[in-house]
Amino acid sequence: MFIANIGKYFMFLGSLFTNRESFSTYFKLIVEECNLIGINSIVLVAIVSSFMGAVTTLQTAFNLVNPLIPDYVISLVVRDMTILELAPTIIAIIFAGKVGSSMAGGLGTMRITEQIDALEVMGINSSSYLVLPKVIASLLMYPLLVITAGVLSMVGGYLIGVMAGIISPTDYIYGIRFDFNPFTVVFALIKSFVFAFLVSTISSFKGYYTSGGALEVGVASTQAVTTSVIAILFADYFLAQLLL
Amino acid sequence: MIEIENIHKSFDGTMVLNGISGKFDQGKTNLILGASGTGKSVLLKCIVGLIQPDEGRVLYNDREFTHASKNLKVEVRREIGMLFQGSALFDSKNVQENVMFPLDVLTKMPNDEKMDRVNFCLKRVGLEDTNKKMPSEISGGMKKRVGIARAIVNSSKYLFCDEPNSGLDPQTSIMIDNLIKEITEEYAITTVVVTHDMNSVMEIGDNIMFLHKGNKLWEGNNQNIVHSDVQELNDFVFANKMMRGLKEKS
Repeated sequence: MFIANIGKYFMFLGSLFTNRESFSTYFKLIVEECNLIGINSIVLVAIVSSFMGAVTTLQTAFNLVNPLIPDYVISLVVRDMTILELAPTIIAIIFAGKVGSSMAGGLGTMRITEQIDALEVMGINSSSYLVLPKVIASLLMYPLLVITAGVLSMVGGYLIGVMAGIISPTDYIYGIRFDFNPFTVVFALIKSFVFAFLVSTISSFKGYYTSGGALEVGVASTQAVTTSVIAILFADYFLAQLLL
Repeated sequence: MIEIENIHKSFDGTMVLNGISGKFDQGKTNLILGASGTGKSVLLKCIVGLIQPDEGRVLYNDREFTHASKNLKVEVRREIGMLFQGSALFDSKNVQENVMFPLDVLTKMPNDEKMDRVNFCLKRVGLEDTNKKMPSEISGGMKKRVGIARAIVNSSKYLFCDEPNSGLDPQTSIMIDNLIKEITEEYAITTVVVTHDMNSVMEIGDNIMFLHKGNKLWEGNNQNIVHSDVQELNDFVFANKMMRGLKEKS
């Protein structure tokens, strides 16, 4: 069953690129999806990432009790945790919960209300028409969300660190810039592309092949989130092993 | 004209269609009639290619469709309009966008021409002032009419309707039936309607194919359906009191 599903998933991916419609059709859809996927997620990402940075700062400070360890280590830890793991991976899990479930639910509803059949009868490749714009929009928007999350997480850490008197502004900025390896940003962006692809394709796959009624649409949404999160965690491990 | 030859379909070993053959004439309203669960919708889906039959073939004006190449299938499908049981309007688009959709995606028509065509089709189905309404804001009968407008907007040669008056009141049902018949005759479309509604049969049944447990048991029209000697058809036709009364009178 699992192997059959994997095969069906790869065939589904293949179907996205056959019998496509014109570029202008996709362009309009991609812009719409960018708005839905990216712009509508900014507030949630901003809130989560700011608090993530703030809490990381507080907890790192709580653990660094040795007076021999300089204060700037706090922001250095916040920076590396944010760029390497928190921004791409934690936001991916939130992305799966918000965007992935919405994709699966939307496509599932279209399936059970015969809207996908209506597209097929018109001679339109429904998987390509409905899913490809979502995948492209995710690949475009998710890295931007990760960059936003990374910046806001460090800003959140700065604000809470300074306001709580844990670290001075100079030390925080010094720690952020200390021994910075630009590859960590490249690594975060590679992860964000992979996670965006996994969430958008897995969620669309689950939604597209929904059958039954409203109950099954709910099940498809849940499965989309669960499967996406598991895939993100596996991909996270393999990418870290492969690239670091 | 559409021809179907020896269509077989089973799901998980359960036979649903058992060698159905027949012809659907151009400019006529062709009905596939039968009780619930007899395979009417499956047959319709086999004809439009949403389900691949296990055996048999479908021909659209002598063009073999069932085993055709992807390109030919797309070509034929672009001549098809379909009204689904639940209308299948796109929730995120308003009435105008729904009707314009086939023109947007399948043609390179200029915008003003598309707009004219959409307004013409909406007027044809009696929905002139609903362009900006969302599907959730209109009634079931109006949704069906929007579905018909969308099905004919691209000058379809073939119109398929899956239970077009399910869930509608008798007056609206008759209006939808008459609209389908008028459009069929006006544009010389080959129309296939799946129904279990005897009112539809009597109103618009130019050609009728009766299915029972996956088999075709009878073929005829709305004039001779009441004189059939097929027991299963008579049980179906005269299931309600009114029809029994008519038979006794005649």
